[in-house]
Amino acid sequence: MITKVRNHLSPNESLLFERSSPGKKAYQLPDLDVPPVDAAEALGAENVRAEIEGFPEVSEVEAIRHFTRLSTWNYAIDYGMYPLGSCTMKYNPRINELVARIEGLAWAHPYQPEALAQGSMEVMARVESALAEITGMDAVTLQPAAGAHGELTGILLVRALLQQRGNPRKKILIPDSAHGTNPATAAIAGYAIENIKSSETGVLDVSALERLVTDDVAALMVTNPNTLGVFEENINRVAEILHAKGAMLYMDGANMNALVGIARPGDFGVDVMHLNLHKTFSTPHGGGGPGAGPVAVKKVLEPFLPAPRLKRSGEKWAYDYDREHSIGRVKAFYGNFGVLVRALAYILAHGGPGLRNATVDAVLNAVYIRKKLEPFFDLPYASPNMHEVVFSDERQAKLGVRTGEIAKRLIDYGFHPYTVSFPLIVHGAMMIEPTETEGKMELDQFIDAMISIAHEVETDPQMVKNAPYGTRTSKVDEVTAARKPILRWKG
Amino acid sequence: MYPENFRYTKEHEWVLAEGDTATVGITDHAQEELGDIVYVDLPKVGSRVEQGKSLGSVESVKAVSDVYSPVSGEVTEANALLADAPEKLNEDPHGAAWLVKIKLSAPEEVQNLMSASEYQTYVGAEK
Repeated sequence: MITKVRNHLSPNESLLFERSSPGKKAYQLPDLDVPPVDAAEALGAENVRAEIEGFPEVSEVEAIRHFTRLSTWNYAIDYGMYPLGSCTMKYNPRINELVARIEGLAWAHPYQPEALAQGSMEVMARVESALAEITGMDAVTLQPAAGAHGELTGILLVRALLQQRGNPRKKILIPDSAHGTNPATAAIAGYAIENIKSSETGVLDVSALERLVTDDVAALMVTNPNTLGVFEENINRVAEILHAKGAMLYMDGANMNALVGIARPGDFGVDVMHLNLHKTFSTPHGGGGPGAGPVAVKKVLEPFLPAPRLKRSGEKWAYDYDREHSIGRVKAFYGNFGVLVRALAYILAHGGPGLRNATVDAVLNAVYIRKKLEPFFDLPYASPNMHEVVFSDERQAKLGVRTGEIAKRLIDYGFHPYTVSFPLIVHGAMMIEPTETEGKMELDQFIDAMISIAHEVETDPQMVKNAPYGTRTSKVDEVTAARKPILRWKG
Repeated sequence: MYPENFRYTKEHEWVLAEGDTATVGITDHAQEELGDIVYVDLPKVGSRVEQGKSLGSVESVKAVSDVYSPVSGEVTEANALLADAPEKLNEDPHGAAWLVKIKLSAPEEVQNLMSASEYQTYVGAEK
């Protein structure tokens, strides 16, 4: 068996509360060198807090070990390949962190007067213009705090423009391969959702679109390349159909890692789009934040962008709050600044040719995996793929092993699982996105692991179904956990 | 597999109409696709349901799915068995694990639904 990354043995970790013993502490204060004062007397009894019961009391080394051990339970891109499709789990170069820790940037305060924040404002202005250049759009807002937040901002911009033209319209069209956030966005923005079935080659069905685009349609939300990793080859025609009826083309930039430096959405008819900086521009995926989902628009939507906007005032940067048509703020201050700094570091460290190379390598890696695994796994759509490839578990399911079980077995080989059961249009989907991060050696190890599992399914399917074996916790009984959940500690 | 005296919807519910009352459930195909069912949310007795509109939901380890009422009328009974034993829906979807009984307000609606053989063909095509 091929093994790669394996943590050293560590025992299961108790809660810090269970390690507590009264009087232990991780600090020692110096002797008091002023007369003691009774807090209740000085402040009023109502302002003095009683002891909080039940807080854990541990020594410094116990606290350090507890959290350090927990931190080793994670799988991370710093251990090995993280082929979670649709998520672009690329390596975040350490230079980003170095730059983000530069004192003037790390300690900048959002209430600093403009005169003292010129450097930070210059950083934001440069991020805006870099993203505008990369996407081929005219203006960018950095406020939205995540991709889905960017989507909502983008659709609210569309609504504002159409409203100004006299009718916000009723419907948003969404392909059946879309990320679930797209219909959620449209619904929150007050639109009805109409689904478009994908064609047999896995792209938008242009003739279906022609039938569906009426005067009621506000926009189409499309991901390009789509969630099958397939480029929407008719995208120019799609834009024409929409524009002819006064509707807008929204692009979900989730898969921008396949396009940077090669193709620009602004050049193929996109009116508004968001970017996920944590995917394409190597900022931390974090535990759900802080994130950044900048929105890029064509000129016609610019007046509606969230206020304030950065503007040049003589030699200085200033905030422009006087924006008559703005949809208003969507985020406190100006977005998650620390994330923007990292994205700028990534963009400048690569430069244009470097970003283009990253895109080419991301696509090359995905195509390499596809070619190597095609003989072993069912490929439901044969169209050329870009930065990710979607197989299905059809062959393995015949022997009783499903995508989720193959993914769990992959953990035993030292890899993070691929994306399971998405996109929804592929039954038993196995969605693999290697990103440009991986070299051939790592890709070959992953491919060998997948081929080895395909053989295991044929010889001993039950063994695969019971995986993983090498983890601290064996396969979780999700059914019992859901039917009889234990929701309280010592409950 | 699919009882001849039931009628079926495209959303994989079944209905057995007897006079002006009907029993409603989800099909074996539906429970198979959903996987292990962990929770069933049913309407209150006395509430009104409409053909094609949601009457409740079924939660499996994989997903929460709406159940669409195959007929219109008033709920006269919700299957108490499913509150404590949602897994019965995996074991006996066409029998003991029915969802609700409905007093029909438009009994003719049943005619719009699929027969057992039509449904069999439909799920065959969907696979």
